[in-house]
Amino acid sequence: MITRILAFLAVIGFALMLLPLIHQILPMQELTPVAGSYVAKGPDELGTQNIVTAVVVTYRGLDTLGEVTVLFIATAGVGFLLGRRKEKKPKRKSSEILQTGASFLIALIFMYGVYVFMHGHLTPGGGFQGGVVIATGILLIMLADVNMKFNHGLLHFVESISGVGYVVLGLLGLLMASTTTGLGDGFLNNRFLPLGTYGSLFSAGAIPLIYSLVGLKVGSELTGILDNMQE
Amino acid sequence: MTTMNLILLVGLGVLMLAAAVFAVISKKVLSAIIAAGVVSLLASVIYLLLASPDVAMTEAAIGSGLTTVVFLYAYSRMKSDKEDRR
Amino acid sequence: MNITILFGAMLLIIGIWAMLTHKNLIRMIIGFSLMDTGIHVIMVSVGYIGGRTAPIIDKAVSKANALHEVVDPIPSALVLTAIVIGLAVTALMLSYAVRMYQKGKSLSIDDYQETRW
Repeated sequence: MITRILAFLAVIGFALMLLPLIHQILPMQELTPVAGSYVAKGPDELGTQNIVTAVVVTYRGLDTLGEVTVLFIATAGVGFLLGRRKEKKPKRKSSEILQTGASFLIALIFMYGVYVFMHGHLTPGGGFQGGVVIATGILLIMLADVNMKFNHGLLHFVESISGVGYVVLGLLGLLMASTTTGLGDGFLNNRFLPLGTYGSLFSAGAIPLIYSLVGLKVGSELTGILDNMQE
Repeated sequence: MTTMNLILLVGLGVLMLAAAVFAVISKKVLSAIIAAGVVSLLASVIYLLLASPDVAMTEAAIGSGLTTVVFLYAYSRMKSDKEDRR
Repeated sequence: MNITILFGAMLLIIGIWAMLTHKNLIRMIIGFSLMDTGIHVIMVSVGYIGGRTAPIIDKAVSKANALHEVVDPIPSALVLTAIVIGLAVTALMLSYAVRMYQKGKSLSIDDYQETRW
């Protein structure tokens, strides 16, 4: 009983803490100076149409590196806790409709995932969303074929190659960007490749490459989580 | 923001809160998991109305897709008859 | 948008309520995931500016007056990564719960008395 009352008091206290957030915050009228400079300079400096992609990949690329690291550590934790598996009991086969439907849909889902992460600099979407779409496709395979053996070597290979490639592209930006543009350089600077025509697929320097690698890495890591969580 | 959008936003928000309350008070764990997925789906439509399509895509794919599946896998590993207490 | 900040804050409070009152581990983790969604709704609505559109600069929004037509891209970028981390952390919490269930054969925190003070 006493714990109930304490929990109630804690919830009330938290609600009071959040009250100023609701009635005192003023709606923004203009962009903040930092956001304003990203919006004003992003299209010309980096050649991206989607400003969110410019912020995620280049302007705050170091944040994204840390985020991918957190994802990797969490995946490793899940694998450490649940990875040791006894031999699988053969499970009931999934239904005919699911198997046939899956074999039709897999290719489309993978193609959509690749589309989403390759067009991250033009349309909404990018590496994270595309990676999740690919993981969803693999989930469909896992549901359709319950006794499937995973090729873990391939999974780890894709994950490590894309992680290493991401860091190498970031270092290339650090080393090479100033020689091609003369604008100064930084980690994950995308301008060591030519910017191309604004709005076409092969534009925005290295951003499509970087985001594709992020997509492969996120996809393989989430697949690892799903594979470990599965019974 | 037009009036139409505002009405839509309030309706979606009320539905979202209702689903969240259901996720907390429902007796069955399975219903709670599905209700949490519904909360994420409605939140993704709210993000779309707030002009953030990137976040809406991520939330729709992760929040209502993969999170629900991860919860269901964990639940199916722990399922036993006595475990449905609140 | 203040109304969506209100929704997000209420979602956060519902999540905390679930985490504090339930004794079942899975339901506590569901509360955590609700709280996560609430925080994301608050962050996205802080970046919203009334009557503006998404930060994608193409035919609809020209480069010249983009500054006065798009919403803040930074909260979107932060929430984008936060959602993915949220999934990974939720999966980690669930796998701890699975391990506890395999050892102790129970999901209720009342049955784990070893760490009680």
